[in-house]
Amino acid sequence: MSLWVDKYRPKSLEATDYHPEIADRLKALASSSDFPHLLVYGPPGAGKKTRILATLQQLYGPAVEKMKIDVRQFQTASNRKLEFNVVSSSYHLEITPSDMGNNDRVVIQDLLKEVAQTEQVDFSGKHRFKVVIINEADSLTRDAQAALRRTMEKYSGNIRLVLLSNTTSNIIPPIKSRCLLVRVAAPSEAEVATILDKVCKKESVSVVETERSQVLQLMAAHSGRNLRKALLLLEAMVMQNDHLSLKTPVIQLDWEGVIRDLTASVLKERSVAKLQLARTVFYELLSHCIPAKVILKTVCWELLRGVQRDSLKVEIIELASVFDERLSLGQKAIFHLEGFLAKVMVAMEQ
Amino acid sequence: MSSILTQTSETPSESQHTPWVEKYRPKNLDDVASQDHAVAVLKKTLQSANLPHMLFYGPPGTGKTSTVLALAKELYGPNLIKSRVLELNASDERGILIVRQKVKTFARLTVSNPSADDLARYPCPPYKIIILDEADSMTSDAQSALRRTMETYSGVTRFCLICNYITRIIDPLASRCSKFRFRPLDDANALARLAHVADTERVNREAGVLEQVLRIANGDLRKAITFLQSATRLHLDGDEVAEITNKSILEIAGVVPDEVIGRLIAASAAKDMEKLFTTVNDVMLEGWSSVQILSQVHDLLILDDSLQPDQKSRISRVLFETDKRLSAGADEHVQVLNLLSQLSLIL
Repeated sequence: MSLWVDKYRPKSLEATDYHPEIADRLKALASSSDFPHLLVYGPPGAGKKTRILATLQQLYGPAVEKMKIDVRQFQTASNRKLEFNVVSSSYHLEITPSDMGNNDRVVIQDLLKEVAQTEQVDFSGKHRFKVVIINEADSLTRDAQAALRRTMEKYSGNIRLVLLSNTTSNIIPPIKSRCLLVRVAAPSEAEVATILDKVCKKESVSVVETERSQVLQLMAAHSGRNLRKALLLLEAMVMQNDHLSLKTPVIQLDWEGVIRDLTASVLKERSVAKLQLARTVFYELLSHCIPAKVILKTVCWELLRGVQRDSLKVEIIELASVFDERLSLGQKAIFHLEGFLAKVMVAMEQ
Repeated sequence: MSSILTQTSETPSESQHTPWVEKYRPKNLDDVASQDHAVAVLKKTLQSANLPHMLFYGPPGTGKTSTVLALAKELYGPNLIKSRVLELNASDERGILIVRQKVKTFARLTVSNPSADDLARYPCPPYKIIILDEADSMTSDAQSALRRTMETYSGVTRFCLICNYITRIIDPLASRCSKFRFRPLDDANALARLAHVADTERVNREAGVLEQVLRIANGDLRKAITFLQSATRLHLDGDEVAEITNKSILEIAGVVPDEVIGRLIAASAAKDMEKLFTTVNDVMLEGWSSVQILSQVHDLLILDDSLQPDQKSRISRVLFETDKRLSAGADEHVQVLNLLSQLSLIL
C-alpha cells in the first residue's frame, strides 16, 4: 500500500501528463548514442525526479526499478567516520550529498571516483555508462562542485551525472556549462486539477458531482501548483471524509495555522507582550524542525496578505529580505525571526 | 583553417563524444583568433626558441589555454609534448604540498633528448613548460612556495600561469613573468570561428542563431561553442539534427525570455502591489533562475536612456544589495520580490 503520490507516478516518459516537449526531448536524448550530463531545475513538486526516473527507464529498461539501499562509510580528512545512504540499482546511483553538510566534497570525490573508475563489464547492456543522480545539487558546497567539475570531464566515458536542483543560481558556471540545462516549470492549476481528477476516478473517490470541478480547482489552488502537495492533500482529505464537496474543509498544515494565528494577532495589536508570545511560537516551530527560512517566508506572506497600505508592504518585503540574508549568515535563527517581527511592528506603528 | 578540416578524421563515434570545445581547439598559433598582440610576441620567441616565464590573463573563453597549448605543440611536436609539458588546473589538488612535491620534482628533472626526427621538424628548445591553469585559485601560500622554484630551475623549466584576475596573483610571482593580456574576442572573429565549427559539424540552423549564441555568450567563445553543441544534442531526432531555433538557444542558456522580464518590470512600474505579488509568484513557479533575472533586469534598466542618472544609480544600488544577498544564500523568492518592490519606488 503506497501513497498515491508514488502509486500514480508516471513510469515512462509517454505517461507524463504535462510538459510534452520536455518528454520528447528527454526521449530523443535517451535514444541517441550520446547522452549528456543533465542539470534539471524547477520549483519543488514540478516533476523533476519523475521525469528523470522515466528517462532512466527509457535508457535501461525495467531493471532500473530494482533498487536497494546501501550504507557506505567514508572517512573525512580529520579521520571522522561518516555513514551515508546510497540508493542504487545496477545501472544508476542516487545520492543526496547535502545530508553530509560540509563533508560533501569527500563523499562526491570518493563515491563518484569509485563508480567512475569501474568499467561496465556487461557489454550486452545498451549503454556503457552509469547514471548518478544528485539530489538538491544547489546545496552542494563550492568545494564539492569544484571536485565534480574534474570528475565530469575525466570520467565522462563511464559516468553521466544528473543534477536535480530548485535553482541554478547556486551552481557554479563551469558546472552549468558542462551540463544540458532542462527547466521543469510547475504545472498550471488547471493541469494539477486534471491530474487530481484522474486520480479521483481511479481511486473511485466520491465527489459531489455538481461541484466536482470547483472542489478540485480549490485543492489545486491550495497546493500552490505543487503536484506532490496536491496529491498528498487529496489523499489526506479522502481519508478524513467520505464525500468531497465544497463544504469539506481543506486541511491546513498545523504549523501554518500557528503562524496564521500569530500574524493575525500581531496585525491587531503591537506590544512587547505580543513579542513575547511570538518568541514562544517561534521556539515551538523551530523545535518542530520547521526551517527558519520557511517560517520567515510564511510570516512575511501572511503579513502581506493582512496589510492594506502599499508603502507598508514594500517596507515589510524589504525587512524580510534583510533578515532572510541574516538568517543565512548567522547561527541562531531565533534572534533574526524576533528581530524581523519587532521591526515589522515598529514599521506598522508609524 | 584548412589544416583543421584535415585533422578531424577520427572515427565518427569517438568524435561525437568529444566536446567540440576540445575538438576545435586551435592547433597552431595562427589559428588563435583575434589575439594578435600576444600571438605576435610568442611567434618571435618561437624563432629564437627562448621563452620567458609567462602570465596570461583575461576573461574566460578568450583563448588563454588554447594559446599556450598551441605554443607547446609548435615547440615540441606531438611526441615530446608528453614528457615536456605538465598541465595542472584548479580541479587538481594544488595546495602547497603539491607545489612542493609534484611541481618541484617535475621542474628539477633534466630535459630528455629529443629524437632526431622531432628535432628536424620542431624547435625542441631545451626546457620544459609547466602550465598552471586557473592560477588565481591557488592559495597565496602555494603561490609563495612557487617563487624560489621558478628562479632556481629557470635553466630547465618555464612556467606559464593562466588566470582571470591578475590581482589575485601575488606580486613577487607577477613580477617574474612577462604578462600578456587577452581581450574578449571581437564579434567578427568570434562569428567566423563559430561559423566554421557549425559548418564543419553540419549544424542545421535558423538564420541569426550564431549571432544570438554570441550575444548570450558575451565574448566567451568556449561558452558559445558549448551552447551550440548542447543545442545540437537537444535537436537530435534519431541521428538527424533538426533545425536549431533561436528559442531553443535561449532555453539552453537558461536565459529568461524578454517577455517575462518585461512583465516583471511592467508590474513593478504599475506600482500595484497585488499584481506585483502574483506576477513574481508566477515567474518563480516557472523555475527561472533569480541570478539570471537580476542580470537581465540590470541590462534592461541600466541601458535604458529614458531613465535619469540618479534613478539609475539608485537602481544599481538595489541590484547590488540583491545580488549580495543572493550570493549569501538568501531565499530567491523573497529577494526577487524585494528587488521589484524597491524598483517600483524608483521607476
